[in-house]
Order: sequence, then C-alpha cells, then structure tokens
Amino acid sequence: MNKILSKEYFSEKVVKFVVEAPQIAKARRAGHFVMVRVGKKGERIPLTIADADVERGTITLVVQRTGVSSSKLCALELGDYITDLVGPLGQATRVENFGTVVCACGGVGTAPMLPIVTAMKKAGNKVITVLAARTKDLVILEEQMRENSDEIIVMTDDGSYGTKGLVTDGLETVLKREKVDLCMTIGPAIMMKFVSLLTKKYNVPTIASLNTIMVDGTGMCGACRVTVGGKTKFVCVDGPEFDAHQVDFDEMLMRLGGYREQEREAMERSSSKS
Amino acid sequence: MTGRNEQWRIDLRAKIKAKERTNTIRVKMPELDPVYRGKVRDEEVNLGLTAELAMQEAQRCLDCAKPTCMEGCPVSISIPDFIKRIEVGEFLEAAKVLKRTSALPAVCGRVCPQERQCEAHCIHLKMKKEPVAIGHLERFVADYERESGQISVPEVQPPNGIKIAVVGSGPAGLSFAGDMVKMGYEVHVFEALHEIGGVLKYGIPEFRLPNDVVDVEIDNLRAMGVKFFKNTIIGKTITIKELEEADFKGIFVASGAGLPRFMNIKGENLVGIMSSNEYLTRVNLMDAASDDSDTPVYKGKKVAVIGGGNTAMDSIRTALRLGAEKAMIVYRRTEKEMPARAEEVKHAKEEGIEFLMLHNPIEYIGDEFGRVTHMVLQAMELGEPDASGRRSPIPIEGKTRTVEVDEVIVSIGVSPNPLIAQSTPQLETTKWGTLVVNQETMQSSSMPKVFAGGDIVRGGATVILAMGDGRRAAKSMDEWIRGKS
Repeated sequence: MNKILSKEYFSEKVVKFVVEAPQIAKARRAGHFVMVRVGKKGERIPLTIADADVERGTITLVVQRTGVSSSKLCALELGDYITDLVGPLGQATRVENFGTVVCACGGVGTAPMLPIVTAMKKAGNKVITVLAARTKDLVILEEQMRENSDEIIVMTDDGSYGTKGLVTDGLETVLKREKVDLCMTIGPAIMMKFVSLLTKKYNVPTIASLNTIMVDGTGMCGACRVTVGGKTKFVCVDGPEFDAHQVDFDEMLMRLGGYREQEREAMERSSSKS
Repeated sequence: MTGRNEQWRIDLRAKIKAKERTNTIRVKMPELDPVYRGKVRDEEVNLGLTAELAMQEAQRCLDCAKPTCMEGCPVSISIPDFIKRIEVGEFLEAAKVLKRTSALPAVCGRVCPQERQCEAHCIHLKMKKEPVAIGHLERFVADYERESGQISVPEVQPPNGIKIAVVGSGPAGLSFAGDMVKMGYEVHVFEALHEIGGVLKYGIPEFRLPNDVVDVEIDNLRAMGVKFFKNTIIGKTITIKELEEADFKGIFVASGAGLPRFMNIKGENLVGIMSSNEYLTRVNLMDAASDDSDTPVYKGKKVAVIGGGNTAMDSIRTALRLGAEKAMIVYRRTEKEMPARAEEVKHAKEEGIEFLMLHNPIEYIGDEFGRVTHMVLQAMELGEPDASGRRSPIPIEGKTRTVEVDEVIVSIGVSPNPLIAQSTPQLETTKWGTLVVNQETMQSSSMPKVFAGGDIVRGGATVILAMGDGRRAAKSMDEWIRGKS
C-alpha cells in the first residue's frame, strides 16, 4: 500500500502522481519502471518512473488514461493508497557523455523521458529534446524539459502549438542540421518505429524504451517478449531499453494488440457499471 | 524419538495381525466426476478421505521398526508416528506430528509425488502389495485440523534476537522460515509479488491446490512469528548488500524459477502463444477467468500445451476448464518418459485431454492479425538414452503434420530467476544461472552469509524438494551462526 501525496492533471487524460515509496525512490535510476496494481481484482501494469525524491521518499508517476486499469489508477485521489507498487524494475538507462543526444518523445512517453533528459544533461551531453503531442493541450512537462535541455523543439500534429508536424519532422530538422551521436526515443510503439526508421537512414544509434504488455514484470511470464536482432528478449529484465534499429516493431505492435478484444469488453463492462 | 516403544503403540501393533494389515486393500481417493469437473474451475478434483476411510487406511501401516518410508521423505516426516495416531482417531495429535517437520502439510498431502518418495519405500511393495496411502493420510490430517478450527501453533523457542532474511515465499522459503522461527530467529520473508506463496499461488491451479489451503498454512507461520513483506524484490528494491548492512545475519535465497524457456522457433511470438507461467499466473494469481478481474486471458477453443511435466498438465487442464473444445498435450517423447506425476496424467486423461506423443512443434503459422492458427509438428522417434537417462527423441526426416490451434502454451521448463545474480556479482553461479551451493549445507560457495535452495539452485524441481532444501538450509544456517558466536 503506497500513499498518494499529490495529484496533478497535465491534461484531461494525463495525471501526475507523487507516491510514497522510500525504498524505490532510493534504488531507482533513470529508465527504471514499476508494476502497479489498483484494487483486489486489479491488473498489474508497468509504468516508467518519471522522477524520484530520495529525501522525501517519493516517486513520480505519469499515467495516461487508456484502458480499465489506467482509468482506475487515474481515479485515485490525494491521500488514497495504491494497492500494490513494486520496483524498480528493468535495466537503467546507460548514461554517459556521448556528445550530442536527441531525446525524441511523444504522448505519454514524455514523462519517462524527463529523467533521461536530466541525466544526459548532467553527464555533459548537449541535449536536444523533441517533444511531440497531438495538440497544444496535450503538451506536457515543457518547462521542465526546457530547463534540462540545450534546445527544445515542440511539435503538434495540428500546429496548435510549436511547429506543425510529427516528432519525426522535428527530429529530421536536427539530423539534417548537425551531427547527432545518440537518439533516445520513448512514445507509442508506432512513433518509435518511425523514429527508428528515420535515424537508421541517418545512421544515428538509437535507443528505444519499449512499453509492452507484462504480467509480473520480473521475468517470470514472458508476456513482454520482443524480437531484437532476431533474438527473443524480455522487456522486463533485458530492457526496457533496446537498440531501436534491431527491434521488430511490427511484431511488437501486433503483440500489443493481442488483448484488444478483451480490453474493449472490459471497458464496456466497467462503463456499464458506472 | 519415534515413540514406537510407547505402550499404546505396542498394544496397537498387537491388536491386528500384520498379515491382516497387509491384506487390506488400499483406499481409493474419492474424486469429482470427470465430466463435471472439466467444466468448473475452482473445485478440487480430489475430495479427500473421510475419517472412516483414513482410519481404515491407517490400519494398513505396519508401524515398522525401521520405517523406510521416512528415508523417502525430503523433510523427514515421522510417518508411522502420525499414521498410528490416525488409527486411534487422534487426528489433531497426528497434525502436530506433521507440523514438527513440515511447514505445509496440507500442501504436501496434495502435490508431493509420494509414489516416488515415501510410498515408493513402503514395506508393502516388498510383499507385492500397494503401499500405504501416506499422501492421502497426510492430506486428511491437515484438512481435518484446518476444518476443526483447532489449529495448533507449533512451539517456538524464545526469541534469540538474530535477524534472518528469506528471499521468496514459495515452498523453499516457507519451509525454511518455519524451521528458523521455531529455533527462535527473527525471520523476515521478502516476496516480489503481491501475494505470499510463490508457485503455490501463481502456479498450481485451484483444482489441485486451493489458495485458501495455502493461506491457512501461511497464517500459521505468521502466528509463529514469521514476518512477511510483499512487493519487495531482493536485488532490485533492496540489494543483498543492503540486507547485510541492515544486520541480517543470514540470507536464504529461494527466489525460484524466473524465466520461462521458449523453443526459439518460427512464429513463436505470435499472439496466442505464451509460457505456462504466463497462462497460469493470469488464471491463478490474477484470477483472469473471472468476470470481475481486470486481467485478461485467452479462452482458446483448440489449445495445445507443449511439454510433459506437471505444469503442462496444470495448463492443459486449466484450458479445458476455461472452455477448450479440443485440449491436447504435445510431447516429443512417449508417455513413459513424461515427467508429470502419474495421478496428473490419469486425471487429465479422464477429463478428455488428448495426448499427442512423439511430436514436437517446429513452426507456428498465424493469420493477418498475427494470431496463431496452426502449428507444424515434427514426428519423432526414440533413440539412445541421453544424460537424463531417458531415451532421446530424434526427428523422423520429412514426417510432419499441421494441426489447427488458437492457443499454444509452452511448458518446456524454466531458467532460474536472474535478478539476484545480476545485482550480486560476487555470488557464484553456474552457466545455467543457478546459484552454486554446497549440496549438503546449501551454503553459497562465494558468500558464506548466503544460503539458497529450491529452483534457484535446482533449476526446476518439485515443491517437496524445495521444502527439503529449506529444511537443510535452516539446520546448517543455524549451526553456522551458532558456530560463529
């Protein structure tokens, strides 16, 4: 049981929680994730740790309401308890001075990118952040990103804020303009697929943080398996970060859709109840 | 101290002639009807003995001077001691005997392969008779005590103030914790999942081992003073080093079998193909088959399980209960080589599970959505015995068949959990990732404070072998700690 110490809406569908979790706060590094479960019949879902405060003993989670489980989590209020929270899991991000690093993120991938941006900057990199969202209201963490980046490029699909276009458009401007040593990308699988295709064209090493379906999150079930360089890897223990150019994104997209029918039924059930 | 020389035991032995005892027919475990049970998920198949049946079966035991059955028990239960108490109707006393050496009698009575352990050493076999149904009797006693509401808490030594950490709350960890707390240690058990019990909860299905039964045994350990911490991953949340710094004088690693194995064949990552760990965890731990659970699970109509172990049987029988119309075991050797318990195979067959022997998948085919639709099976034949002593399967050139499926559960074994080894580089491991320990003392070869047992050492074994490891580790850790002070 972990207490929620603050709740803030980034947008109608994106919520930021600060949660009491002293041991996790102490052990976590950029790139780590936690498994979260809400309610006795709740599902275990992975969430990347967006930030942590060792002194206060808290971690920050940013949740986008998409299905039944994320909706249950988003419905929790200040002072409520998260039924189960366990971590930190996965391998931490490899942080060193690479030179110039572009961090390309979109949607709910923005929150987990923040600690990576911060860590990369601290390690002496020139950090360029490309932050993408569908529309102006969904642009989150812009200020924090700006503080920790040498440059920030905001992209919106509809052009309501920043530059009109996709994350790849913003990324390509940078790639055309200067030498980039590393690209980090977090976001929807389809977005990471196109980021990867683009950086491959420019021959820029790219790391993607994958968000697959998981059950236990500790290596036990294999629900999260992906093909990387022709080999099956477990996102929970081998990842979540992999060489994006080696990831079979099409297979990952297919596997992410594996429970779509059950999810739709569950959404209908839960909405008919309320 | 067997108590065999107590007067009541001598009198009891004299009451019925040995010949008469051996000539009595072994009791049959009452079972649910196979057609009915294939449709219900939560009801136990074995119904348990009645008191009358148990007392009748207990009479069959000769109360041997040298009880060889005990040699077959990894936790050395005083078998004739508890059986003779059943014969005289002192069921609660019998339960106390069990709990002297076993932290989980109701579990062992259900899932131990007695036919290969205690019962395989029963004197009756030498006389060409069926062995005493020790497992059934053990279960009877544990169930009787639980249902009576008069659950005894084993005697615990006064606290010695020494803190001990246990990593994992499966059978090895629980058995170890029970022994250590009895000796007066302050035992802290850390569990990665949100439920205590490890494989007993996430792995073994309700129809074979109800979670309530496991919980009662865990509550008993709690009553003895064992402290449990859920959602705590040693190696991640807290490191072994931090445990040492927090003044834990001994650490027992029983983190179990972490990674499911796959065959790395074409199409294995298609939607609808998963490990038995994933399938069973969804159904058992997450209760995914219930409408009110948020965790989804596929309810395949044509289900194949790859493998021939107990986990394979648990998976396919679960699939049947979730509505499979065709449920089959695909195994690359023959039934004779299958590692599953005879009882599980028998139950599976009664329920209508098909057994496709001497076949091995070599490829899976999917539809445009990436869902599995077919498996291509290679026909096999048996060759020379391999390292395991079993005849090794050899592919028959050019002989394959394609079978329609909508769900495949891969149950070909597990590799040890890597989290501890990854975060504790000084711990010596084998090339398979298992921890290296002294086989007798279960003490780590590289870090004396660390002991280990169960699947993290064995790579994949049974509940009772894990419990045996826990007992041995407790004994030797206690000796090691006392030897130091």
